[in-house]
Amino acid sequence: MRPDVELIGVTKRYGATVAVDGLSLLIPGGSYCCLLGPSGCGKTSTLRMIAGHESISAGDILLAGRNVTDLKPAERGTAMMFQSYALFPHLSALENIAFGPRMRGVGKAERLARAREFLRLVQLETMADRLPAQLSGGQQQRVALARALITRPKVLLLDEPLSALDPFLRGQMREELKRLQRELGITFIHVTHGQEEAMALSDLAVVMDHGRIAQAAPPREIFERPASAFVARFIGGHNVLELPQGRFAIRTDRTRLAPAAAGPDLAGPDRAGLNLAGQVTAVEYQGSAVRVVLRAADGQTAEALLPDASFHAAPVAPGEAATLGWSAQDAHALPPA
Amino acid sequence: MPGRAARLLLGALFAAFLLFLYGPTITIAILSFQGPDGGLTFPMNGVSTVWFTRLFQPQAVGDLGAAMRRTLALAAMVTACTVVVSLAAGMAFRRRFAGSGALFYLTLASLIVPSILVSLGIGLLFTLMEWEPAWYSSAFGAQLTWTLPFGLLIIFAVFNRFDRSWEEAARDLGATPWQGFRHVVLPIIAPGVVGIALFGFTLSFDEFARTLLTAGSGNTLPLEILGMTTTVTTPVLYALGTVSTALSFLVIGGALLGVRLLRRRRGA
Repeated sequence: MRPDVELIGVTKRYGATVAVDGLSLLIPGGSYCCLLGPSGCGKTSTLRMIAGHESISAGDILLAGRNVTDLKPAERGTAMMFQSYALFPHLSALENIAFGPRMRGVGKAERLARAREFLRLVQLETMADRLPAQLSGGQQQRVALARALITRPKVLLLDEPLSALDPFLRGQMREELKRLQRELGITFIHVTHGQEEAMALSDLAVVMDHGRIAQAAPPREIFERPASAFVARFIGGHNVLELPQGRFAIRTDRTRLAPAAAGPDLAGPDRAGLNLAGQVTAVEYQGSAVRVVLRAADGQTAEALLPDASFHAAPVAPGEAATLGWSAQDAHALPPA
Repeated sequence: MPGRAARLLLGALFAAFLLFLYGPTITIAILSFQGPDGGLTFPMNGVSTVWFTRLFQPQAVGDLGAAMRRTLALAAMVTACTVVVSLAAGMAFRRRFAGSGALFYLTLASLIVPSILVSLGIGLLFTLMEWEPAWYSSAFGAQLTWTLPFGLLIIFAVFNRFDRSWEEAARDLGATPWQGFRHVVLPIIAPGVVGIALFGFTLSFDEFARTLLTAGSGNTLPLEILGMTTTVTTPVLYALGTVSTALSFLVIGGALLGVRLLRRRRGA
């Protein structure tokens, strides 16, 4: 049986507030799944319920077909990596990693040998005797990872694992997480509020909002066909516009710019609903691209992400009138508000 | 940086404070080495350790050796009890339970009630019940009303800085609640627990007001000293002060050393 993770109507209530509202989701075994959403959307509660650190108000959690809803965290076949890493400050890196086997009664020589093996897996062999306080943030995270993996979980749960790292390390660790997941072949469930992180890592991205799933799909599908205005806004890179034909999401990199007087090819009447005229409010140089923000007469704002060469061929400045346009196939219809 | 005048003023204030704090202790320490024919005041009439020897011989009034033994035994009992109860209460108070707020204030109230009234009350109760008051029963209880609230406050501060995810991580890695307490919680809060023990010991060691009417027939050291100040007129008194101060420093030094060793130790 594949070690799928299945959530069936999982609900978490804190008194009168509902943090997670009847969540149902199938995470295929061996996949990298990101739970994504703004703070307070219920993603961390969901992760903690899968881990067994939070009781479930209603619903069931199945792991490899086995109902684990009422099992203790260590009996589920999951391991968790905590946001603050939660390394034991009084134990060395090696002893932290050996903690799981030690609690299960594995002898000292054997558990230290195994811990050393996992220390090698995260490339920290030379740091075995350091205390957590003597390790950098990135090193602490690797120790936390090794400590979780030594229990040989079927599912690794990661609570915002990269949020405490600086941007450079974050990119590095991201690659490393993906590499480990591929090599170990186990399921990773990773909570994040960064859409970029989710897109880079996940096979299955689950966008959550107010305790419900807004969309669960491979990241490419989410980016190309966002299910709602919320998803389009949260995932970024989209203009969400109310047009005469309805509500649409249009990718900013597919949006083009024409000066107001550019003529009928962008601004003509036959192109109603495929353009938006207004005033440029901001121009941001981003290196390979230039971001142009425009405010229409009706108050809607939209932006275009232009390749630097095409922007510099016909530059605009804040305060100038301009029109944004796009082709019909790039306008993705959204359900009405 | 404060100005030169301000620094001078602050320096002088601090020096005056230090003098005020340690001056009397040092004076007593010097006078305790008074010569055999010396008196209670300066000038020194020779230098000797004769008063330290006298200290452990039976006195005309009072029995310091027995009082010291009682005080140390009582302090050990109070310390052990304070540590165990504070630790257990600290763990309990981490989750809200019915009446936890009321219980907390009730505990603190015994810090506010004047000590002498607590002493009087416990003494009266023992008389009413026709129990014999003694240092190991009524005085033990009276001192706990003083040390337990302190222990509770310290353990609250300790757990305030305790990250719950440490326990969750232990649970996640297969530790039972007891294993989590034994291998994670206790080692991490150990310095705080040593602090509670120190507090318990020093508070009990020189406790006076609450013990006064509850000690029964066997005096503790502070009570014995009070008795002696009115009757004994030799530097034995000073020798006693020096010895008990040295003992306090020894206990504190030992505890600090213990904390350092705990920090350095990496149990596997």
